[in-house]
Amino acid sequence: MRLVLAEDHALLREGLIRILEAHDHEIVAAVEHADALTEALADPSVEGAVLDVRLPPSHTDEGLRAAVGVRARRSGFPVMVLSQYVERIYARELLASGEGGIGYLLKDRVGDVGEFVDALDRVASGGTVLDPQVVSAVMARQAPVERLTVREREVLGLMAEGRSNAAIAGALFVTEKAVGKHTNNIFTKLDLPVAPDDNRRVLAVLAWLGV
Amino acid sequence: MTTGRIAGAGRLRMTGYAVLQVLLSVLALVLFIVDVVAVVLSVIVVGIPILLLSVPATRWLVDLHRRMYARVLAEPVPTPYQSTAGTSALERLRIAGADPMSWRDLGWLLSALPLALTTSLVVLILFVPVVTGIAWWYGVGPIMAARSRIDRWFLAFGTTERLEQRVETLTETRNQSLDHAAAELRRIERDLHDGAQARLAGLGMTLGMAAELVDRDPDAARRMLAEARQTSSAALGDLRDVVHGIHPPVLADRGLKAAIEALALDLAVPVEVTGQAAATLAAPVESAAYFTVAECLANVAKHAGASRAWVELGGTSDLLSVVVGDDGHGGADPSSGSGMRGVARRLAAFDGTMRVSSPTGGPTLVTLEVPCDSSSPRTTPSSGRG
Repeated sequence: MRLVLAEDHALLREGLIRILEAHDHEIVAAVEHADALTEALADPSVEGAVLDVRLPPSHTDEGLRAAVGVRARRSGFPVMVLSQYVERIYARELLASGEGGIGYLLKDRVGDVGEFVDALDRVASGGTVLDPQVVSAVMARQAPVERLTVREREVLGLMAEGRSNAAIAGALFVTEKAVGKHTNNIFTKLDLPVAPDDNRRVLAVLAWLGV
Repeated sequence: MTTGRIAGAGRLRMTGYAVLQVLLSVLALVLFIVDVVAVVLSVIVVGIPILLLSVPATRWLVDLHRRMYARVLAEPVPTPYQSTAGTSALERLRIAGADPMSWRDLGWLLSALPLALTTSLVVLILFVPVVTGIAWWYGVGPIMAARSRIDRWFLAFGTTERLEQRVETLTETRNQSLDHAAAELRRIERDLHDGAQARLAGLGMTLGMAAELVDRDPDAARRMLAEARQTSSAALGDLRDVVHGIHPPVLADRGLKAAIEALALDLAVPVEVTGQAAATLAAPVESAAYFTVAECLANVAKHAGASRAWVELGGTSDLLSVVVGDDGHGGADPSSGSGMRGVARRLAAFDGTMRVSSPTGGPTLVTLEVPCDSSSPRTTPSSGRG
């Protein structure tokens, strides 16, 4: 995929370039400033972006605003937002459009290269990826979650992180069929509308959780 | 003032004040006697309940006269008493006893009778018979001004005394700020030492072992590398927690309101955040206000038994005011709980105040007000990149 990368820390930028290029992504532009980012995102041949939240000049939420901005222009444009911290208030803004193709992860997660590259692929194909820290924070606040069994709660958490049934089955060492059964139970117990595809299902779960 | 020759109040209004002052001098005499007797009796405790009533009554009467003289002299009304906000009734009495203004009030009560009464009476006598009308016309202004100056001499602090009081307050709040800062630094040092530092040391060891094993036992080396990655993630998590305790990222990125909203999202009780600070907030003020609200909301979640809470931001261009309210069972005591005392001290460094109203049965309202120097710009964070 042809990607724009924005990260102001040279060391982390080099690391990300190395990881992304090793996994068959082409870095069209690797920028460290919000202005350069705006310019790079204006290129219509770019297919996606990996953005740090804090960028010069003000070191606040430039990357986040750039992500929302470019997705307002190009509906569903895949963006993976990375940050040293994850905040629900920001997750909510990124998900507000109700479209897929968005990821919001802690920078630490890049360390697990396989997971990170997989998450990026899911975002590229229109999926939604949310950091486990945000998911666990919202799940802790939802009292009805207690109606679920421990296993169902695990499945719900992984679903909210944006994983497919196959990925959940892999993570929990169970069959995909078993995951399907758990998913049905969760949707029944929580009175969630049945969604036709994986991404709509993720969005339904996130909406229910009140992210 | 618009009245020209006579500043502040018009002749009729001043004559009205004179009438009121003559009438109130009777009350002044009564209060003086009650106060003195109660102070003497407080040695054998029975005076204390009397003082609980007579001190506020005296202050009410004296404040009324303060407003009158301030009006006559066209000056701002002084508020010379030491703050007793958020303290118990007995504590208020103790503060009143230590407040030099309380004793000046008493001295004024005594002097108000002969001295001030005479001047006010003169105004009255001049006003009543028609023949002395001319004398009243020209006399009322100077006479009332003279009386007001006497009142002022008793009832407001002079410049030097005000400065002394200010220095005392500043010394006290400075010491508190230093203590608070030192305690915070110790806490941060401990958090880093027990958390990130220990984990990074462990990380170095694991990596060293992995390097040694990489040829002999590649599988074990791989396991250790995976472990090292988890440790680095945990160390970052610890650092994030520390940073959050020093200066929350959303506060740095988006300012006070968004940071409170982010805080509200994580609370089990639904919180409504309304309004907007009118003042431009300096970073330290913003931070102090944030941590005060955070402490209040944490208390709401822990103790209040509330079904909802609200935070209302407001104020003027040079005052930030924040009200944190909840519909819980009330009965909150601001003087218990080290968290509340800590944030109150932090606010005091900026001359900020905190008032707690929490009747049994609720609602609980915590009002904080921080004066803001509107000329100081909001400082953007220069370090701490994400």
